[in-house]
Amino acid sequence: MKMHLAPHEIFQTIVMVENEHLDIRTITMGISLLDCVGDNVATVEQKIYDKITQKAENLVKVGEELSARYGIPIVNKRVSVTPIALLGANFSPEEIVRLAKALDRAANNIGIDFLGGFSALVHKGCMKGDEALLEAIPQALSETELVCSSVNIGSTKSGINMDAVAKMGEAILECAKRTADRDGIAAAKLVVFCNAPEDNPFMAGAFHGVGEPEVVINVGVSGPGVVASAVKKNPQANFDELANLIKRTAFKITRMGELVGREASKALNAPFGIVDISLAPTPAIGDSVAEILENMGLERCGAHGTTAALALLNDAVKKGGAMASSHVGGLSGAFIPVSEDAGMIRAVEEGALSLEKLEAMTCVCSVGLDMIAIPGDIAPETISGIIADEAAIGMINKKTTAVRVIPAIGKQVGERVEFGGLLGGAPVIKVSPFSSKEFIQRGGRIPAPITSLSN
Amino acid sequence: MMNLEPKNESSNRVIISILGKDQIGIIAWMTGRLAEKSINVLDLSQTIIQGFFTMIMIVDVSQATVSLANLTEQLQREGAERGLKVNVQHEDIFEFMHRI
Repeated sequence: MKMHLAPHEIFQTIVMVENEHLDIRTITMGISLLDCVGDNVATVEQKIYDKITQKAENLVKVGEELSARYGIPIVNKRVSVTPIALLGANFSPEEIVRLAKALDRAANNIGIDFLGGFSALVHKGCMKGDEALLEAIPQALSETELVCSSVNIGSTKSGINMDAVAKMGEAILECAKRTADRDGIAAAKLVVFCNAPEDNPFMAGAFHGVGEPEVVINVGVSGPGVVASAVKKNPQANFDELANLIKRTAFKITRMGELVGREASKALNAPFGIVDISLAPTPAIGDSVAEILENMGLERCGAHGTTAALALLNDAVKKGGAMASSHVGGLSGAFIPVSEDAGMIRAVEEGALSLEKLEAMTCVCSVGLDMIAIPGDIAPETISGIIADEAAIGMINKKTTAVRVIPAIGKQVGERVEFGGLLGGAPVIKVSPFSSKEFIQRGGRIPAPITSLSN
Repeated sequence: MMNLEPKNESSNRVIISILGKDQIGIIAWMTGRLAEKSINVLDLSQTIIQGFFTMIMIVDVSQATVSLANLTEQLQREGAERGLKVNVQHEDIFEFMHRI
């Protein structure tokens, strides 16, 4: 057998990387911390620090080597760990904060960009460790730098834990207040899930699920720019042709993730878990999911037709990606974070895109209301109402949904928050002025839907 | 088409691509640098379209006396001085992307 590579194929790959922002968004190493459990906080701190710094010692180095070998940027090197609530049964919230700081020290020591897993899974109710962790979140996130937190408050199988939804509304607001001088950055490191995946490599929602191996390598690809460019070059294509075009492009993007994942797994001596085939935008111009939708023929993202365009995009990305990888997992779909996507930001600023439209869009794509700045004088019950709506979409449609909103303390609709880097910046978006207070205060659990009875 | 023979488990083949304005001595410079570092040229394809020089080289780095990262850094720096854009990438990336 002879392999043939045409020069145009070689240049196509180079153009994707150079001009269209194709990159590997993240190599995320999942590490189980279940063997670090104990009842003395100092011992547990030391154990988790030691385990992370040993297992992920070479993660950054290997990432840089692979990046040089293949000439493709690997933007983030990250670690996800066992939900810390599972280690927290014997600890007070103050002691759990100490564990968060140990995670932060470990992350700093090995030079990674983020560490996820300051998490709790409470979709049916809270164990002792969950209660302590939920209480510890605002302090932990405002006093650490690289630690990310996620809480799963609902699932298709168990319904929605509305007590936890109420608590998370308060936690998000408290996170923003504690870091008001930094535009509420702590809230940007906290995501509330329904149907959270256990192998997601993306932040802030990455954690290492209990069904996962001892260590694992998961890879997240990026590449909205490549898809946007392919769509732009074919203005006459009808939807059948457009779907095929996106599939082919998604295939190529995902192959890159598959290659890097396999090689990273070999170099780090950890099994290869999954490629997450999400289209993850960055604030860079030309690396925007909104731009793909606009290139399909919408004047602005948010115009009528946007949900249909996103549905086509999301499905075509999955079809192309699934073919390209031996194991696809995580979130795997198009992301629509507002602050991290220049096209989304412009659409909000020009009044084309509202919170309600974003909610509708989350019905047909990956994740949910992501990186959205909301007015700082919002009631915690209104945030809980936003979470409950998004969770209901996830629960009924058997998909992952999430909420990552940032109350902009002291700011009103139209003003901006800035986080910098990959997190970007965003205009404050309008929320409903009507109260959800009595609804949220009912408490209890919304029962699982009839579709959960699948056995 | 660039012909690549069937490869063994760990391939040492790297693809160097050069883009930029045509000028005297591009190939001499490049092959000189590669020879210095014991890198063997396996195949080479070069075209000039409207004064725009494009070249793709397939090289074997199994005997190379420098790391890929250092080679890339030097070629890109010297290329930039000549107004050339140089990429150095292991062949797997292309094969993976365009072939199943």
